[in-house]
Amino acid sequence: MAGASAAHGAHDDHKPTGWTRWVYSTNHKDIGTLYLIFAIFSGLIGFFLSVMMRWELAEPGIQIFHGLASMIYGLEGDAAIDGGKEMFNVFTTAHALIMIFFMVMPALIGGFANWMIPIMIGAPDMAFPRLNNISFWLLPPALLLLIISFFMPGSAGGHGAGTGWTLYPPLSTIGSPGPAVDFAIFALHVSGVSSILGSINFITTIFNMRAPGMTLHKMPLFAWSVLVTAFLLLLSLPVLAGAITMVLTDRNFGTAFFTPEFGGDPILYQHLFWFFGHPEVYILILPAFGIVSHIVSTFSRKPIFGYLGMAYAMVAIGVVGFVVWAHHMYTSGISLNTQRYFVFATMVIAIPTGIKVFSWIATMWGGALSIRTPMLWAIGFIFLFTLGGMTGVQLANAGLDRSLHDTYYVVAHFHYVLSLGAVFAIFAAWYYWFPKMFGYMYSPFIARTHFWFTFIGVNLVFFPQHFLGLAGMPRRYIDYPDAYAGWNMISSWGSYIAGIGVLIFLYGVFDAFSKKREAGANPWGEGATTLEWQLSSPPPYHQWEQLPKIK
Amino acid sequence: MKRVTKRIIAGLGAFSPVLAATAAFAGQPTAWQLNFQEPATRIMEEIIWFERYTLAFIVPVTFLVLALLLWCLIRYRESVNKTPSRTSHNTLIEVIWTVGPVIALIFIAVPSFQLLTAQYTPEEEPGLTVKATGVQWYWDYEYQDEEPLTFSSFRLVDEDREATGKQDTARYPRLLAVDNELVVPVNTTVRVLVTGSDVIHAFAVPSFGIKADAVPGRINETWFKAEREGIFYGQCSELCGKDHAFMPIAVRVVSQEQYNTWRAAAQNDLGEANKALLAAVDGKQLNVADAGN
Repeated sequence: MAGASAAHGAHDDHKPTGWTRWVYSTNHKDIGTLYLIFAIFSGLIGFFLSVMMRWELAEPGIQIFHGLASMIYGLEGDAAIDGGKEMFNVFTTAHALIMIFFMVMPALIGGFANWMIPIMIGAPDMAFPRLNNISFWLLPPALLLLIISFFMPGSAGGHGAGTGWTLYPPLSTIGSPGPAVDFAIFALHVSGVSSILGSINFITTIFNMRAPGMTLHKMPLFAWSVLVTAFLLLLSLPVLAGAITMVLTDRNFGTAFFTPEFGGDPILYQHLFWFFGHPEVYILILPAFGIVSHIVSTFSRKPIFGYLGMAYAMVAIGVVGFVVWAHHMYTSGISLNTQRYFVFATMVIAIPTGIKVFSWIATMWGGALSIRTPMLWAIGFIFLFTLGGMTGVQLANAGLDRSLHDTYYVVAHFHYVLSLGAVFAIFAAWYYWFPKMFGYMYSPFIARTHFWFTFIGVNLVFFPQHFLGLAGMPRRYIDYPDAYAGWNMISSWGSYIAGIGVLIFLYGVFDAFSKKREAGANPWGEGATTLEWQLSSPPPYHQWEQLPKIK
Repeated sequence: MKRVTKRIIAGLGAFSPVLAATAAFAGQPTAWQLNFQEPATRIMEEIIWFERYTLAFIVPVTFLVLALLLWCLIRYRESVNKTPSRTSHNTLIEVIWTVGPVIALIFIAVPSFQLLTAQYTPEEEPGLTVKATGVQWYWDYEYQDEEPLTFSSFRLVDEDREATGKQDTARYPRLLAVDNELVVPVNTTVRVLVTGSDVIHAFAVPSFGIKADAVPGRINETWFKAEREGIFYGQCSELCGKDHAFMPIAVRVVSQEQYNTWRAAAQNDLGEANKALLAAVDGKQLNVADAGN
């Protein structure tokens, strides 16, 4: 195999140079790198928005948003306060949309999956390389549309789409007449097209381009996770596209899908949205499951425990994920029997998820653990994801959710599974594959410092939010009764600490590229058994010209 | 920085009088609160019980996972365990960690369904029906009696504290107090019909354990039977625009006689009726609180 990759080296001079290499790229590795850069860029914007919100919420009263509103929109006096209140809603909306559509999905699916799936299954590239190019290049304009929406008139006297990422009508129709919501919807349309094209590409690649001998049941778990994710995207995103198009025509062309005075129903939109929205949260976390499996196995020097169970647990999560959507709507007035069904179905998801968590631990059990940086993030992921999953079991119960719905308890729950789950997996993957993708070793000291600042920071942000939610503090509030001040202050401090973590991360990237420590083909030793570790670091521009044979 | 430190100290100090404060001012959050607000209905008591009950499952499982991870980190470090095992299957353990959660979930599901059913099964016909309409950004209340009574309920702004007699910020906290409370009699099943007039809002009172979305074009129904007198606060719980955080809900639960007096007076002059009720209620509660201390 080493001989094969050396032979590849001879083709390296084929690669295009200059800007055409990136803009016209049909190479999955280059496109993956573009996705990763894009995800880091949007992640910084999304994180900036969240720190501004935490700064605002550090104390009762309105501290900074009236100032921001006068700075950016030129509002004065009471108009600045009103504009600031709306701006806070715009920040919550944009934070969610950016983190979901422009950070987590591009990082996990566009970035790591694009980079590693063809290599891991022994394919020279993705099935449709030119489609891959357009999938990526649709994203920057989508993000641009969302950013433009910040500056468009939204609700009366306000700017931007302050509707929440759920875009519930009538708030997104009559409640926000300016063009901002149209821009946000277009942003979702364009990024949705990007994701659908990407998922078609992944499904085709994984089904048709596996190396000889690599049956589905021998395929790496990351490929399994991306396969399931791609199906979820393909089946759910068109529903979102339909729903937001209906919002668009309600807004601009006189239809009344969601307008009660003309026979429409706002609740219909919620069903359509969450039929997409719930699979979407599994789209965010499933690739993370795949990555964590590889990292745990590599650094335990053990094969993955219960491989088939792990693969089919993801399939089960994907399937059941499509029939639990209305647990986001327990207070919307759905009937008692409907609620009973969704309580039951939602609880079922805990079972395959439990199988995954216990299998990760069983993979570690009896292993020879080296706690290098990717493993540190992966173990952090397992624990924090479990914690978030457990509050999810509570929230599944409609009777209890009555009290917790739309409070900070829910905010804490989904940030534990996403901000501390998916994001920890992204960083685990970053440190795991960084030496492979770029050929350089990061500084373990900087990487570990990054981990500890992030770990302490995000736990300080989100753990106290459980208390706030139990005490009754609703979500999406720019100001709160003084009794909630204490835990909010702690939470805000946590976000500043996490902010230092982000700076350390960026410095670590700079450090790795400036120090140029050669990583070698396989820095992780004998535990790293998937195909990417048989190639040089970075891999040749075109890999597997001779297909690897899987025993 | 100094200000922040002061806040922490003030907050920690607040731990001790919390009990006294909750006795006097149940129905609102307290500083550094860790759990639900004090319940005022049977349903909320059941919700609190059920939350504790689920904790009995999820806390041990979380700690089990943490303990297993730590054990692996200590016992199976490379330096301790040089040769990893090659085990990748164990049917028995896989069956256990599949069936175990199933059993635990059944134990959670049974009381969960009972709680859910109870929330939709009031024990008696409602003695009073009130319609709550969410409007950007206040609540409209309509008493659906023979002689309907309708009024709006806005957030209490500081300039109006003097005129309404609500200077006491402990009893009438910022962002929770309103100008006109929803007044209901104690120990009476109150049906609340919830709807929205422009965008979706949500009617929620944490101490009662109720939350219902106020959806334009629909009427959602919920109910509560308050077992204690007092003033109970809630806040709009569905994003409704710029003043989402500024349209609180306040329910004043009073004795049946006080309610009757207020109801008759309110028909003619709501402001005067509220003042008279406030004088009667707050005077009494102050005495109770003083006696308690």
